[in-house]
Amino acid sequence: MIVDYEVLKFIWWVLVGVLFIGFAITDGMDMGVGTLLPFLGKKDEERRVIINTVGPHWDGNQVWLITAGGAIFAAWPLVYASAFSGFYFAMLLALFALFFRPVGFDYRSKIADPRWRNAWDWGLFVGGTVPALIFGVAFGNLLQGVPFHLDEFLRPYYTGSFWGLLNPFALLAGVVSLGMLTMHGGVWLQLRTEEAIANRAKSWVKWTGIITILAFAGAGVWLALGIDGFKVVSMPALDATPNPLTKEVAILSGAWMENYKLYPWTLAFPILGFAGMGLTIVLSMANRPGWGFVMSSLALTGIIMTAGAAMFPFIMPSSTNPGSSLIAWDAVSSHLTLTVMFWAAVIFIPIILGYTTWTYYQMWRTVTVEEIKAQEHLAY
Amino acid sequence: MLDSTMIELSRWQFAATALYHFIFVPLTLGLSWMLVIMETVYVMTGREIYRDMTKFWGKLFGINFALGVTTGLTMEFQFGTNWAYYSHYVGDVFGAPLAIEGLMAFFLESTFIGLFFLGWERLSKRQHLTVTFLTALGSNLSALWILVANGWMQNPVGSEFSYETMRMEMTSFSELLLNPVAQVKFVHTVSAGYVTAAMFVAGISAYYLLKGRDIAFAKRSFSVAMGFGLASVLSVIVLGDESGYEAGDVQKTKLAAIEAEWHTEPAPAAFTLIGFPSNEDEETHGAVKIPYLMGLIATRSLDKEVAGLKELMVQHEQRIRSGMIAYDYLQRLRGGEDVPINRSMFEEHKADLGYGLLLKRYTENPANATEEQIKQATKDSIPEVAPLFWSFRVMVAAGFWMLLLFLLGFYFNAKRVIENKRWLLRLFLWSIPVPWIAVETGWFVAEFGRQPWAIGEVLPTYMATSSLTATDLMLSLAGFLIFYTVLLVIEMYLMFKFGRLGPSSLHTGKYFHEKQPSSGTATLASQPQMTLSS
Repeated sequence: MIVDYEVLKFIWWVLVGVLFIGFAITDGMDMGVGTLLPFLGKKDEERRVIINTVGPHWDGNQVWLITAGGAIFAAWPLVYASAFSGFYFAMLLALFALFFRPVGFDYRSKIADPRWRNAWDWGLFVGGTVPALIFGVAFGNLLQGVPFHLDEFLRPYYTGSFWGLLNPFALLAGVVSLGMLTMHGGVWLQLRTEEAIANRAKSWVKWTGIITILAFAGAGVWLALGIDGFKVVSMPALDATPNPLTKEVAILSGAWMENYKLYPWTLAFPILGFAGMGLTIVLSMANRPGWGFVMSSLALTGIIMTAGAAMFPFIMPSSTNPGSSLIAWDAVSSHLTLTVMFWAAVIFIPIILGYTTWTYYQMWRTVTVEEIKAQEHLAY
Repeated sequence: MLDSTMIELSRWQFAATALYHFIFVPLTLGLSWMLVIMETVYVMTGREIYRDMTKFWGKLFGINFALGVTTGLTMEFQFGTNWAYYSHYVGDVFGAPLAIEGLMAFFLESTFIGLFFLGWERLSKRQHLTVTFLTALGSNLSALWILVANGWMQNPVGSEFSYETMRMEMTSFSELLLNPVAQVKFVHTVSAGYVTAAMFVAGISAYYLLKGRDIAFAKRSFSVAMGFGLASVLSVIVLGDESGYEAGDVQKTKLAAIEAEWHTEPAPAAFTLIGFPSNEDEETHGAVKIPYLMGLIATRSLDKEVAGLKELMVQHEQRIRSGMIAYDYLQRLRGGEDVPINRSMFEEHKADLGYGLLLKRYTENPANATEEQIKQATKDSIPEVAPLFWSFRVMVAAGFWMLLLFLLGFYFNAKRVIENKRWLLRLFLWSIPVPWIAVETGWFVAEFGRQPWAIGEVLPTYMATSSLTATDLMLSLAGFLIFYTVLLVIEMYLMFKFGRLGPSSLHTGKYFHEKQPSSGTATLASQPQMTLSS
């Protein structure tokens, strides 16, 4: 079946969103667990309990991130090129932080020396916290527009600096991202561990939840009132051969709110974000972490879609040369490539969800200190 | 123009991180199947020693796998961070196999690897074997897709340049997938991975046999390695990827460079065993030649010619001149003169656009290049011959050395006298690094031999980088060097530690260091700080 080019362009915008959300719910949980590890685990056995709640799954979860990267490369090559090279040191910082996770999970338990294990605990903390922060900061910068332009042969040039990325609004977005993933990891730990750790996790869910609600609200107000949005003034037909240099883009105050005015149903996303976080806190307090985890997953979905819906069709707006902005209609791959990739996604995503569910089902239990002691040489 | 120091450093960074990544990949590719073999025997016979083998070699597999994952992340990021123009120019074609690799292979491999390590107590025997099998399948499928992508870099089929989008676009997914270069590369690369794993298991098992420890465990492991290794080394050599060297100009040039063949010789060409090739003089000094051999290896015939570098350069010069015309019309089309005559002139010369871009190193506008610049670009159109010539020979020598070892090992193992052949066991132990020498020189030949191209005949490496500065690259390269060195030290420490401990590290109470308390305590006591735990 041949799907129309303009429909496919939109589908790929949705699919990249799906991959981001899949990443946040699964690997974001592992990152939140990493952030909480040094604080929730007081002794080695407790830390091992925490690690083993995600032990069998973190590697599969991380593939959501890898596949999101691969999908952006294949579906939006110019976005992949401009964003990764523009945010050069931020990307490398996230990458170096991510290095700590595979080795941290796998090597930590291999030697019993407390210094060795302590070092890896902080490695896992960095591996969870730094990427979570940076991904939020990156979104914060996308919302403000990025100083870059394309030349006539479509070579991207970034003209900002690394420190310019760390502006107040972007850092606030980083707090939202770090806060929501920590809350998400916290409610997961409450679900999968027993009393001592679960109780500590509960209090972290409450506080990170409250901080994230405030930061998300603050960022929303700031975005509506204090940050200029971008608007496409004119562009070729939606199914035209993609060329990002043929459109006209204006920078307008309040432009990021236009989609919400035009399509009020999209307000469901921020509502889902707030309600999801609120309910996560309530359910966590009421000792219903299972439903809390579902709510927290919905909250992540709502928050990511809130940013996506505000910006649509923009993916990477240019603050210095608005005409170079990359949007979902003109920064995309060819019709054939989008078609091939669409079918690959349609076939494989359900299969992936199927076997991933099976692995969680097989490994499902409350991880206890007793279990870790009994399986000292098998567990992580 | 882009800073040439930045370009050089980008190439160094890619080469260093890719070669480093490939320290870990081949062992994963091969050892995963060996674990499947061992565990299958366990499930079929119920003999616990095979479960212990699966668990112990699985432990070493895990130490290696962790760094494979870590360094693989870099590869995914690096196309975008450091090769931004490449990513734009070919993402439409090159990105698709990478994304499919994620969906089809990485998810499979990574979702099940956790259950391989941590699911022993929670899965039935058959379920666990299935998990091991799916992990192996996933890692080998990922090799397939990344080699489809790499094969396209060597021989870019199934795609076409579009002046409107200023990039290569896919025209046929099946051609991309069935690229002959990709197919031979896949077989050659995974087989090389199997050989690596077999040498690894054989070498460490030989160590236990030499020490007289855990004999039953070591002999069984050695046997699995001999069968698997002999079959794989034959596959690597017989199905060597020479057969892929006829497809496309880049592969032909690479072959001529590997063989240091400056002039086209009458078929069948002689093989230069040793010599000192010089790009400066365009000849090979002190060459020792074996008649007929190269014609046989490269073309598998007595009557087909192998093109020489000088003749190839004559063709390249013509294509550069044609590419200048293509560039001229591309500029007109991009500048808004999108009229039929410009389009048809461009279409006529489009296939040579990449050759025109080789001039970008010397001039902003290739359409107006001088004769001197054309001459320089022509000289650049072949890779440095000497490093290719030598690294290829090192790879082949390593391959034949391993063939010899596996033949001897297989023979004496079948006669059940391997324990008495201490000289051979020592050779196996000391040859553990040999497969790594072979795979790293092999990749060097494949990728350095592709130069000056990032994508053969399409995009020069020179143009493919991001718009960064040399300082950016110095900082990031320093970061990678520090991080990777520390990680390698840690990894080697754990490998040696658990390699020496052997199956005693499983804490089953059945193996050497546990059965002999005095010796076991001695090992532990020698590491008072780092007591054994897992």
